[in-house]
Amino acid sequence: MVSFKKPDLDSFQERITIAIVFTTVCFLLLATRLLWLQVVNHGKYSVLADSNRIALIPVPANRGLLIDRNGIVIGRNYSALTLDINAEEVSGNVDELIDELSQIILISAKDRRNFKRALDDSRKMGTFPLRSMLTEAETARFMANRYRFPGVEIRARSFREYPYNELASHLIGYIGRVSQRDKERMQAEIESSKADDPDALQTSFLPGIQYVGKIGLEQSYETVLRGVPGYDQVEITAGGKPVRTLSSSPSVPGKNIVLSVDIKLQYLVEQLYGNFRGAFVAIEPETGDILAFVSKPNFNPNDFVEDIDPTTWKELNESPQKPLYNRPLKGIYPPGSTYKPFMALAALETKKRTPSQTISDPGYFDFGNHTFRDDKKGGHGIVDMQKSIVDSCDTYYYTLARDMGVNMMHDFMKPFGFGQITGIDLLGESKGVLPSTEWKKNTFKKPEQQRWYEGETISLGIGQGYNAFTILQLAHAMANMANNGIVMKPHLVKAIEDPFTRNRTLTTPKESYRIDLVPENIETIKKAMLEVNVSGTSASVFKGTGYQAGGKTGTAQVFSLNSKEYHHGSTAEFLRDHALYIAFAPAEKPTIVIAMVVENAGFGAQHAAPIARKALDFYLEGKWPKEIPEWKRAP
Amino acid sequence: MEKSAINKVKKIFLSILSGLDRQLGLILLGLATIGFITFLSASQNTPVRFEDELRNLALSFAVMWVVSRIPPKWLETEAVWIYVVGVALLVAVAIFGLIKKGARRWLNIGVVIQPSELMKIAMPLMLAWYFQKREGIQKTWDYGVAAIILGIPVALIARQPDLGTALLVFAAGLYVIILAGLPWKWILPFVGLGIFGIILIIIFGDTICAHNIAWPFVHNYQKHRVCTLLDPSSDPLGKGFHTIQSMIAIGSGGFFGKGWFQGTQAHLEFIPEKHTDFVFAVFSEEFGLLGNLILLALFFALIKRGLAISASAPNLFTRLLGASVTLIFFTYAFVNIGMVSGLLPVVGVPLPFISYGGTALVTLGFGAGILMSIHRHRRLVQS
Repeated sequence: MVSFKKPDLDSFQERITIAIVFTTVCFLLLATRLLWLQVVNHGKYSVLADSNRIALIPVPANRGLLIDRNGIVIGRNYSALTLDINAEEVSGNVDELIDELSQIILISAKDRRNFKRALDDSRKMGTFPLRSMLTEAETARFMANRYRFPGVEIRARSFREYPYNELASHLIGYIGRVSQRDKERMQAEIESSKADDPDALQTSFLPGIQYVGKIGLEQSYETVLRGVPGYDQVEITAGGKPVRTLSSSPSVPGKNIVLSVDIKLQYLVEQLYGNFRGAFVAIEPETGDILAFVSKPNFNPNDFVEDIDPTTWKELNESPQKPLYNRPLKGIYPPGSTYKPFMALAALETKKRTPSQTISDPGYFDFGNHTFRDDKKGGHGIVDMQKSIVDSCDTYYYTLARDMGVNMMHDFMKPFGFGQITGIDLLGESKGVLPSTEWKKNTFKKPEQQRWYEGETISLGIGQGYNAFTILQLAHAMANMANNGIVMKPHLVKAIEDPFTRNRTLTTPKESYRIDLVPENIETIKKAMLEVNVSGTSASVFKGTGYQAGGKTGTAQVFSLNSKEYHHGSTAEFLRDHALYIAFAPAEKPTIVIAMVVENAGFGAQHAAPIARKALDFYLEGKWPKEIPEWKRAP
Repeated sequence: MEKSAINKVKKIFLSILSGLDRQLGLILLGLATIGFITFLSASQNTPVRFEDELRNLALSFAVMWVVSRIPPKWLETEAVWIYVVGVALLVAVAIFGLIKKGARRWLNIGVVIQPSELMKIAMPLMLAWYFQKREGIQKTWDYGVAAIILGIPVALIARQPDLGTALLVFAAGLYVIILAGLPWKWILPFVGLGIFGIILIIIFGDTICAHNIAWPFVHNYQKHRVCTLLDPSSDPLGKGFHTIQSMIAIGSGGFFGKGWFQGTQAHLEFIPEKHTDFVFAVFSEEFGLLGNLILLALFFALIKRGLAISASAPNLFTRLLGASVTLIFFTYAFVNIGMVSGLLPVVGVPLPFISYGGTALVTLGFGAGILMSIHRHRRLVQS
């Protein structure tokens, strides 16, 4: 009955045994694999599973306010309704969705572009604003149609705003969306601070930082203003949808910064400049408080907050007026005759001249085979120190420069801050050039260029030649003189304010150092500068002031005229001379010093001094010029 | 009165169970229980309800019960017809099959069916029938005939394309051929070549997975599967996502597991196909290595029992059929766990009795029924 042969069965049994061995080996392989995953590498995969499921959702911190010295807010936040789209919940084409939305809410091409860029940057996870500052009508229209748009919602967000628009734009700066470079920089900052403080990572949660100060005080006080973003620890699905909140850490708002700047004075000066380009810095000498820091023309920082549109950017960036250029901080100018009071002080301190020592000025000064000309044809005649300043005699300073030599001038001017970084609380300050033989050696490459020629010393005496300083430096030097040699570091921010308690912490430094000066020498110079406004180059401008102000006009040549005579009207605008002016007031105890330049305006007395006069009138006496529109507080 | 009622129920119950192999039955009950428990957790946030799973299990049991009553002799007689119908349906699929997700696998004959599934049973039936027919007069060329019987449907399934099913059908047939006595001198070179190939792929993985290298005879997506297996992190959000996430699920489960319904990977939707092909990841995450070892032990017991039943089967047909069906269970389990734990490329093979899916459960029930039937009818044929 049994139908199979014995060898067949044996062979079958043998193969069944092999099959059992084979399956056993395979299952042992699986068991080993599972042991490897679940015991040996359990720790690693646990961490991975946790980082999978937990997401930190940032809660942005309120940015600190910018407040002027009198409590006027010039940088603030406002809350506005935005139309947000959750990228994951959008099924289908984003463009079609936006098209549909644009039928009930105005959506510009810029809105659409910005949204799509944010979307691409984030690999399509998260929620992004499509439109901000929705009107009430738009909000209502959307709410009525809400059911049609799953994944689209209205949310309140905080926005940065500069209520006075262009006013003080260069010192305020602006914030903008965090760029990849910002992120890397902040990451590096965190890494470096982690070494000192192990909790640093906790206190600086990067993804919560969406905006960062790009320029101006917004940039230099970024860490103060920013605050610490909070976060919610949320359990999420693979699609990024939050399921529940595990824990949350509230954000800490940024601190307010209180500026030393008097924003009304700033406004007045900006108005007085009109369409002229230039820089104007006013400092309170006793403290180093910067009262006004004008750079003209300026720009509207509000344009930059939510990604500037390309046309505006192109306009600003390519304009020959260079509105984005921070002139008082970066622009370097020859000081021209405004350098003379400092030169005169140097002469007294180095005993190269006495106040009464005179020279005879024929209207020129020959040195070697070169003739250095005085502004006044035929010369100023017999000139003592006071007259040299009041009448701005060049020949006096040609001979003085020759007698002092370049290095002696350098060593005297250096402590005043000429050609030095002042340490102002803005980034990107220019150093300028305070020439010396060593400077020339280090700056030039060829040996014949590295040598200092005596002829080069002469024009240094009248603030020309290699001399090139920022208006900030000039104002700082003026303040140092007015403050009798006590050097205060110039600053735009004087205090940090707690946003809740309003407690202020002063940030202003004590004196940096003291320049050892003989008080009588300073008095001599100040007296001469007071006389400038009484009988000198700017006498007519300063007629009838209720205070005594010292000043000095200056004219800086933009390019060498090769001893041809200069006619204001016939020179192309950008080649015209710069008009400079420095001032201090009141005479007995100066509370304000000014240094300013009006670019390509011509003579200092004619174009720069009147602005200084009106600024001083306002600051010292509260007088407002009729031609300038009243200051209005922003709503 | 009451006692007699209980007895009556008991009697009916026993009569239903009579003739079913108790050991095999208990093992399958164990697997089905684990499957149901895991399903309850894994089906969270899926449109599937637990009634569906209960219905499938019941259907699977019913199929098993019915098949267990069918004498193997009947299957032997009808084997050729089942096979021919199966191949005909596959040809029909190739001509007017339905296309879903880029594959032509389904046929609409009033209800939508997937003929390749039938082939998993039809293939061992046919080959077992053939070797039974040729028993005693077997020649070398019989393996050639067997290869043709095997090759036609596998080729048809592979070009649908359905790599997972083709693999299983191929394996089912190959087991029959090998068990029927395919000479070792023919088997060993292929085993050697296979091992050599795997070693080569692992060593030169970086080179051959470069973008510009095309593999012969293989679709690009198939190449991708092998490559992402070698290095899942090469494409963490794309092809490698499934493997990485299931490995995280398994690994984070640890020894004791996170507990039933506590798997974060599963419940936060990080595991794809979590109630079907990747259900093992859910089970592993929640029940840990301990649960896995129990599951592996159950599968191993299933295979041992199936092979034991086959070894004591009355004739070559039943022996080959039983062993092949058993080894198919093994193949399902091994390939699925291997793929979910990142040892094997991702192919659509469910975990037997655990993964959700009506078709697979019916096929598996059919297979289990065959084993039950062989066991039940072992003496009937012999005597």
